[in-house]
Amino acid sequence: MEKRINIKEILNKHKREKKELISLLQSIQDKFGYLPEEAIRQLSRFLNVSENEIYGVATFYAQFRFQEPPKHLIKVCLGTACHVRGAPRVLEELERELEIKRGEVTKDGMLGLEIVNCVGACALGPIVIVDEQYYGQMTSQKARDLVDELRKGEG
Amino acid sequence: MSSEKGKDEVVKKNLLKDLDSRIKDIRDKKNSNKKIITVCGGTGCQAYNCKEVINKFKEIIEKRNLKDKVDIKVTGCHGFCERGPIVVIQPDGIFYQRIKPENTEEIIKETILNGKIIEDFLYVDPVTNTRIAKEKDVPFYKKQKRLIFGNNGLIDPTNIEDYLAIGGYKSLVKVLSEMEPEQIIDEIKKSGLRGRGGAGFPTGRKWEICRKAPGDEKFIICNCDEGDPGAYMDRSLLEGNPHSVLEGMIIGAYAIGANKGYIYVRKEYPLAVKNISIAIEQAKKWNFLGKNILGFDFSFDVEVVQGAGAFVSGEETAMIASIEGRRAFPVPRPPYPAQKGLWGKPTNINNVETWANVPLIIDKGADWYSKIGTDGSKGTKIFSLVGKINNTGLVEVPMGITLREIIYEIGGGIPGGKKFKAVQTGGPSGGCIPDKLLDLPIDFESLTEAGSMMGSGGMIVMDEDTCMVDVARYFLTFTQYESCGKCVPCRIGTKQMVEILNRIVKGEGKPEDIDKLEELAQTVKNGSLCGLGQTAPNPVLTTLRYFRDEYEAHIYEKKCPAKVCTDLIAYYILPEKCVGCLLCLKNCPVEAISGERKKVHIIDQDKCIKCGMCYEVCPPKVKAVVKLSGKKELEEIQKKQKIKEDK
Repeated sequence: MEKRINIKEILNKHKREKKELISLLQSIQDKFGYLPEEAIRQLSRFLNVSENEIYGVATFYAQFRFQEPPKHLIKVCLGTACHVRGAPRVLEELERELEIKRGEVTKDGMLGLEIVNCVGACALGPIVIVDEQYYGQMTSQKARDLVDELRKGEG
Repeated sequence: MSSEKGKDEVVKKNLLKDLDSRIKDIRDKKNSNKKIITVCGGTGCQAYNCKEVINKFKEIIEKRNLKDKVDIKVTGCHGFCERGPIVVIQPDGIFYQRIKPENTEEIIKETILNGKIIEDFLYVDPVTNTRIAKEKDVPFYKKQKRLIFGNNGLIDPTNIEDYLAIGGYKSLVKVLSEMEPEQIIDEIKKSGLRGRGGAGFPTGRKWEICRKAPGDEKFIICNCDEGDPGAYMDRSLLEGNPHSVLEGMIIGAYAIGANKGYIYVRKEYPLAVKNISIAIEQAKKWNFLGKNILGFDFSFDVEVVQGAGAFVSGEETAMIASIEGRRAFPVPRPPYPAQKGLWGKPTNINNVETWANVPLIIDKGADWYSKIGTDGSKGTKIFSLVGKINNTGLVEVPMGITLREIIYEIGGGIPGGKKFKAVQTGGPSGGCIPDKLLDLPIDFESLTEAGSMMGSGGMIVMDEDTCMVDVARYFLTFTQYESCGKCVPCRIGTKQMVEILNRIVKGEGKPEDIDKLEELAQTVKNGSLCGLGQTAPNPVLTTLRYFRDEYEAHIYEKKCPAKVCTDLIAYYILPEKCVGCLLCLKNCPVEAISGERKKVHIIDQDKCIKCGMCYEVCPPKVKAVVKLSGKKELEEIQKKQKIKEDK
């Protein structure tokens, strides 16, 4: 069951125009961490745009999530600079260690793994970002330690 | 009627006079001899935790009551990201690098209060091994020509007064009071400025088409989508000197006849969004934006729009669709956005760096500007120099400089004594340039001739440990994923190309695959609707052109010469070097390594998943783990291991 979702406050800050759609979706995701179904329903009524169309737009863009985010999100930069410095190996190690693939969340909902295409801090590459904290010059070994640390923090 | 006009003129003159005296006050206020600690607050340095350094400085200044002796200023990106966090003490320009929070006390005590330079924090030139005290003398900066990017390090991007003090908005005042819109367009045309977003279309002509397009309502857009992985100069400009971009946009809007502008920023750039939003609010207060700007009959407003993560949004028509709240699908051109753009109205789109060039051209004049650069490409270009390079960072250089100068003199060469292999320019739409073209003077034409392109300015250096087939596969996987799916050649063609490349790196390539790749590449290039598809095959075509032997090695010898492709390599422990420390054994995630303390360890090739952990953890002094590739090398090893096991 979804929690009680009310997006009135967000809607009040925007004009009832279709051009506001993406910006509205961003505000909703900022608040809930994802796009809850109920919020889309309310948004559809507000803009007078079908839910279908809203999902059409939302799924086109990489930013939007449709499930609750994990407690900690591990983002691996796969920008070109990180790639040539060995980011794929770091990603593989994280996939092994967490026993999930990119884009998935661990069973306990604690840790999620995602890839990003360049965060523009190439001097630090390969980079892993956990909850907006940057970890630079990553290796497979450091990646494993990082997961241990995150798990310990939860234990 | 004429007296009304006369009155207007008086009001305008008074407004300008008032502005003049306000700016003069700001300059006087700033011209004290007070020392200023500037700390780079760009995203790169923030990743190095410069915030702690800033807080520590503030704390000490507060605690010791030093407010009238020293100021602290958080500036935009200085470009030398490799050495962050960067602290520069002005007005002397003393350059401290890799500063940690615990160093702040010493800097205040020694440099600020005693006027001494602390040797330990200076940059050491790796070539001459000498310490360099001043920012301007550091080799990384010496060869650069930082016309657009240089002010980043001097100003606090969140304070409009800083920008005004260095002559900001002077060009806006000049165009409003002295120039007709057509004159501005002529000046930009004469300067030779070309779009910095990738294609290099002449900016003045673009403006002219939009100005002449029929319609009362026109728009301008600033493109800061910057989706190319490995490129971040647009972000650093918008973060570090947002007013210069804004001033360029206001001048452009006046020349084109637009009253509304949009700045489209990638959502991964929160600091850029924040700083440009602050800048817009400040510019409104100073009436550089809003109704009747500085008393003239010209009104203009700007809105920030955040992208939602789709590479194709960087394409003009796709960006327009995204701003309108739709999927970012490109549409065929013509009609060009200049004729039919946002909501069907004439729209002019320029990239961040292009807009930032405008105030400079107006201020110094087209004649001065067009003396910089080559025949066809004028001015400077900011590149983000990243990858296997000693000095990672943003560099601004005059057009026509050679790749060798950028990579070796500014970039300091390749780390670890490795050999240069290629430099990739132009992002996923660009190509890989080999070492034999290192002396190529770079401009729009020369890069296109080499099979690559200028693009937005990403420059990724690759060394001998980089596999070019893997790089081509990397870029194509990226464009294939980001293809919006609207047109068939791009949607299906890139997919087929990726599958062939996946096959090749797995060692399952067939002899006919190279021809197939080339054929598909031509189809995708010629048949795609927008720039994304038209340029997507470039990384494959250039690597086939310059590094065909690597493809052939993968296909015929099942060998990855750079030893990158997992399916074609094996890890092996050299018995004569192994000291039996158990490190690799303990770290192997699949228990593929056997051995005892002080006895040679052996990797079970059947169990090994080739994660490279053993290679990584083997101490650099020992270096017993090696990578092997190719049938011949592998068979030899298997034979050796067999003999040992039999024993």
